Amino acid sequence: MQQVTETQAVDFQKQIDALTAKVSTLEGMNQDQLSIAVVSGDFDKILAAMVISLGAAAMDTEVKLFFSFWALAALRDPKKSVAGKNFISKMFGIMLPKGKEKLKLSNMNMCGMGPRMIKSIMKKHGVLSLEEMFKQAGEFGIEITICEMSMDLMGIKKEELIDYPNMRFAGAVTFAGDMGESTSQLFI
Amino acid sequence: MTQEELLEIKADTSVDARGTSCPGPLLAAKKAIGTIDKGQIMEILSADEGTRNDIPKWCNKKGFECLGTLEESGFYKIYLKK
Repeated sequence: MQQVTETQAVDFQKQIDALTAKVSTLEGMNQDQLSIAVVSGDFDKILAAMVISLGAAAMDTEVKLFFSFWALAALRDPKKSVAGKNFISKMFGIMLPKGKEKLKLSNMNMCGMGPRMIKSIMKKHGVLSLEEMFKQAGEFGIEITICEMSMDLMGIKKEELIDYPNMRFAGAVTFAGDMGESTSQLFI
Repeated sequence: MTQEELLEIKADTSVDARGTSCPGPLLAAKKAIGTIDKGQIMEILSADEGTRNDIPKWCNKKGFECLGTLEESGFYKIYLKK
């Protein structure tokens, strides 16, 4: 048998200490958290994002939603309007769906007949409406982060968004950070 | 648990979520679970097929004991012990 010298033993100890430190950092890194980049503004995709979020929240998973680009239309409050927009912002405002009830289907929209049909089927099957899902999401502490850059691009102002308890405004870095500490990430 | 044993169970609380689809029943169950103590039994009524498979996964994660499912006409009775 080869004798372990004292220097070797000290080396081993150092390596073990370094590994222990590394493992404990890694363990702290990933929380039970789901991050979703919600980019599409279609009724079906927003619905999917909300159903998955609520399912995860019911499993006690922390949920963080990052709303960007077309998805912002879903967060517009039809009862609110803002003055002082420039011409292009106004045009965007007219062309974008005003709120989640006005969203189109990604397929079979059929000039609005599709969404109407889906909504009536959902009601029949007892699926929560989008309105109700956002309400529940708020109750479960699901966090919505709104991409400030998209808001500028689409000319959407904070004042015309829905009232949601856990809403914040940030940029891509914030989402990248959230994603890094999440165990699962989705792009919808 | 066998079906006979499940029939004998007296639940401490019952959640009727037959009116909602996925993830409604799970949300209702999550809200109701706070109202019972550890060791008590909860019964969830759901007409949603998916929920029948979702509840055991939820129990597994939360450390509850899923006791089993009774199939009634048109809905399920899912039992769990907190």
